Amino acid sequence: MSRYTPATAEDRRRMLEYLGVGDLDDLYSGIPEKVRQKNLPDIPKALSEPEVLRNLRELAGANGNIDDLACFLGAGAYDHFIPAAVDSIISRGEFTTCYTPYQPEVSQGTLQAIFQYQTMVCELTGMEVSNASMYDGASAVAEAAVLAASATKKKKILWGQNVNPQTRDVLRTYCWSRSLEQGELPAAGGTVDQEALDAALSAGDVAALVVQSPSFFGTIEDLEALAEKLHQAEALLILSTDLLALGTLEAPGKLGADIVAGDGQTVGNPISFGGPAFGFIAVNKPLLRRMPGRICGQTVDSRGRRAFVLTLQAREQHIRREKATSNICSNQNLCIVAASVYFSLMGPQGLREVGEQIMAKTEYAVSQLEKSGKFRRAFPGVPHFREVALLSERPVAELNSRLLDAGIIGGYPLEPLYPGLKKGWLLAVTENRTKEEIDRLVAVAGGDAR
Amino acid sequence: MTKIPQDLRYTKEHEWIRMEGGVGVMGITDYAQHAMGDVVYVEFPDKGRKVKAGEDFVVVESVKGANDVFSPVSGTVLEVNDALEESPELLNEDAYANWLVRLEVADPGELDSLLDHGAYAKLLEELEAESQ
Amino acid sequence: MTRIIETVFESSRPGRKGYALPELDVPAVDCAAVLGKSCREKAPRLPEMAEVDVVRHFTRLSKLNYSVDEGFYPLGSCTMKYNPKVNEVAARMPGFARVHPLQPEETAQGALKLLFDLSGMLAEITGMDAVTLQPAAGAHGEQTGLMLIKAWHESRGEGKRTKVIVPDSAHGTNPASATVTGFETVEVASDEEGMVDLDSLKLLLDDTVAALMLTNPNTLGIFEKHILELTEAVHRAGGLVYYDGANLNAIMGKARPGDMGFDVLHLNLHKTFGTPHGGGGPGSGPVGVKAELEPFLPAPIVAFKGGRYTFTGKSERPRSIGRIRSFYGNFGVLVKAYAYIRALGPEGLKEASEMSVLNANYLAKKLGGLYPLAHKGHCMHEFVLNGGPLKRETGVSSLDVAKAVIEAGFHPPTIYFPLIVPEALMVEPTETESVETLDRFAEAMEDIVAKARSEGPEAFHGLPTTTPISRPDETMAARNPILRWQFEE
Repeated sequence: MSRYTPATAEDRRRMLEYLGVGDLDDLYSGIPEKVRQKNLPDIPKALSEPEVLRNLRELAGANGNIDDLACFLGAGAYDHFIPAAVDSIISRGEFTTCYTPYQPEVSQGTLQAIFQYQTMVCELTGMEVSNASMYDGASAVAEAAVLAASATKKKKILWGQNVNPQTRDVLRTYCWSRSLEQGELPAAGGTVDQEALDAALSAGDVAALVVQSPSFFGTIEDLEALAEKLHQAEALLILSTDLLALGTLEAPGKLGADIVAGDGQTVGNPISFGGPAFGFIAVNKPLLRRMPGRICGQTVDSRGRRAFVLTLQAREQHIRREKATSNICSNQNLCIVAASVYFSLMGPQGLREVGEQIMAKTEYAVSQLEKSGKFRRAFPGVPHFREVALLSERPVAELNSRLLDAGIIGGYPLEPLYPGLKKGWLLAVTENRTKEEIDRLVAVAGGDAR
Repeated sequence: MTKIPQDLRYTKEHEWIRMEGGVGVMGITDYAQHAMGDVVYVEFPDKGRKVKAGEDFVVVESVKGANDVFSPVSGTVLEVNDALEESPELLNEDAYANWLVRLEVADPGELDSLLDHGAYAKLLEELEAESQ
Repeated sequence: MTRIIETVFESSRPGRKGYALPELDVPAVDCAAVLGKSCREKAPRLPEMAEVDVVRHFTRLSKLNYSVDEGFYPLGSCTMKYNPKVNEVAARMPGFARVHPLQPEETAQGALKLLFDLSGMLAEITGMDAVTLQPAAGAHGEQTGLMLIKAWHESRGEGKRTKVIVPDSAHGTNPASATVTGFETVEVASDEEGMVDLDSLKLLLDDTVAALMLTNPNTLGIFEKHILELTEAVHRAGGLVYYDGANLNAIMGKARPGDMGFDVLHLNLHKTFGTPHGGGGPGSGPVGVKAELEPFLPAPIVAFKGGRYTFTGKSERPRSIGRIRSFYGNFGVLVKAYAYIRALGPEGLKEASEMSVLNANYLAKKLGGLYPLAHKGHCMHEFVLNGGPLKRETGVSSLDVAKAVIEAGFHPPTIYFPLIVPEALMVEPTETESVETLDRFAEAMEDIVAKARSEGPEAFHGLPTTTPISRPDETMAARNPILRWQFEE
């Protein structure tokens, strides 16, 4: 008997007797003979707990991890510091092993945590309403595009080439499945090409432009100017951004963004080979009823006590069925609880300090690499946050291989996806990188020795 | 006891309509508002929208769900009841005093094929019996 | 006794902090100068709290939740089984938690092997030929599965197939997923047992039908005995059949969707494979397909080539529908499911399913005297109680009963689903409950029904009284939405 299934042989016998059933298999008599499985699944046999741990340690041990390797790789996943209290709190069974808070009386912990998270996203983005989260940043941005098309009743979604390639892939898939048109704009200078944008807008039927800032290259876009242009064309500005960066960058709501979305891995969630984390999405009140996903609201109970409930559920799939705004059924709840703990520990000052350290260390790393004479900036004169695209003298594969030998994970090779950036190398420098690590990077990357 | 005013025509989907001059004024019945529960929001169609008889064009959201409301006749949306934007609960208070949409009716003759007071009352009786 | 807790915004005090960063070891940069007007002007109003206060706040919040770790949680269709703690240890190993998804493949062979092996095991368990682990949740998996169906038909010039058939007993995600994938939903009638009527289905099958979506066992907990005829009929009409894997817990090791004629399915790792629900996520919704749909799977997929594990991307998979999310899936969740399957092995999975069915039948018989059951004979891993007669007799609704169940110290069953049963209560005990727990729950239900008969609905309207809040005003929440904390200006 498995340790997870309490029933003993005696329990089973008693229960079958109570049911008046001779053999447990009789309970499966409703399954036609033709369909019954003759053999057990051909998977490895059961392991005891120590064996499970041994097996997993072996698999884990076959991976390099960024505690041992200095990580200068970003491209959508970042090595940020997560205070210990975050994991301590989200390890609690009361947060981990409960279900969606459909019964508010027994879920006020989850519901209040969601309400607080929604508030924090609004504060950072400068938008009026946030939902309880989406699967990840890429799908949140794609859902934002769908929302914009439905709100404007127009069919075309534009995006810049400096939007994360994976986000663009997801946008393409969602646009295809919803029969929306797509248009990709060049970003040869690191930011969205204005002439191309003007041309695309005059061609008409544009529902929205998806802009990423900080972009995939780390560059910062002029959101205010973009918003003005789009609003004149009666199109919406969808900003894909990063909550941690918003501790340092201006709130996009103030600059005219209509929908703000992005990925939450950077705030309190382990990098974990790409998941789980969460996507966030925030809008202003006019778009509230079109916003997908769960939303938590404040109310009072029968005795006038403050209470939190899931609300505006009439839009959601389980009620609206084929007329739902989206089919999303869950939020990434535990991951947003983690984010809200992170934000509560860091506060505005903490985020500001993290941002300052990121900018200082990025500048130090890039200027030292430039001084070596082996690198130059791909987009000089454009402000950056956390990531900088550099052009390397040496082929990037060789560069990264040497760095790995020195215990460093190097930057992302850009040329395969951006042929115009010959030997392009996307370097990410977070607050976790020490001067020692950066100096070591510069010595190996900028050095001559083989 | 659900209210069924004598001077209105009704649909099987629990909408009512009357003519005011050339304009059709429609809403949902008392039975409908009761079945939906507390109304929290009404989503109206755009002015100028053309609808066919039986086409869904309004959504009345209650706590329990979102309910489609169908146009009793073919026509064009002239006006929607803005008062319900501020106070959707008015629909629960009096479903007949609080109309939803005023329509330019293409063919007033269409009202003749709708249920009259007696026929609608009978429909409600049948529904009541079914749910027993 | 726990009581309502102030928000973090109310606990915040200027100058407090719960973090400590090292001193800056490189020259500082003037952010405002570098960023110009992109630099933040006004700080976000996030809480300023010491670590002890943050920990106390969230610890006290957690105590307001009822969870599987605390007690019985018989939510039908959710499979609230026990979440093994060794899986939590596994997911947190630095060799998993501290691995960058884009680091060189040779430094991630363990992670790649885990993905490869897990895909293989899920394919074997379900009788499918290939699996993608990308989808983040069941609904996401459904959407992906329907996209695969769409792509398949399009590749054969059959883009005119725009209809998806769904039983009227189905979960709301099914028609919603169909809609968001650009399909039109058509309902097929189920009989009183929730089984699809074969003749009604045949009337709907024509060359505009893309697919039929089914759960098996169905939402009433009954196995579709005509499943082979149903899937065959759809195939003859040129359509595909989709399996909603929400109810897989009943049949692991007993029957496989791949042998029933299904072409594509999704799984819920947070249901069947014991990964924690997390209060609403993160879950994982892998999608399995038969060989004909394999080329369309989202890229990248892990392959084993030349003695090592490697990702095959879109360039090697030209017919792939592309990505449906970033990276490879909810990897941390996948680690937990992998550990679960390795711990149970083939015998353990079968035993889990068998016990889930035995527990459900035992409890159904115990409660069958109180409520009419929506099924005849035996059920599978879950069953539905018809609360209609009790409501007519006493005025006490299933909502009232649910609140009384909370009062009695259990989590209530799912209420008002499926829609085809009036005042439905859907009960799924799962295999990880002891017979004593089932007996105690049955006793509590007996007391509740007796109370309904002797005291009527007024005795229920104030329930629950033992929880921090009771009967929140959901109408008010929807009419005047307050969706964020309002600071005093």
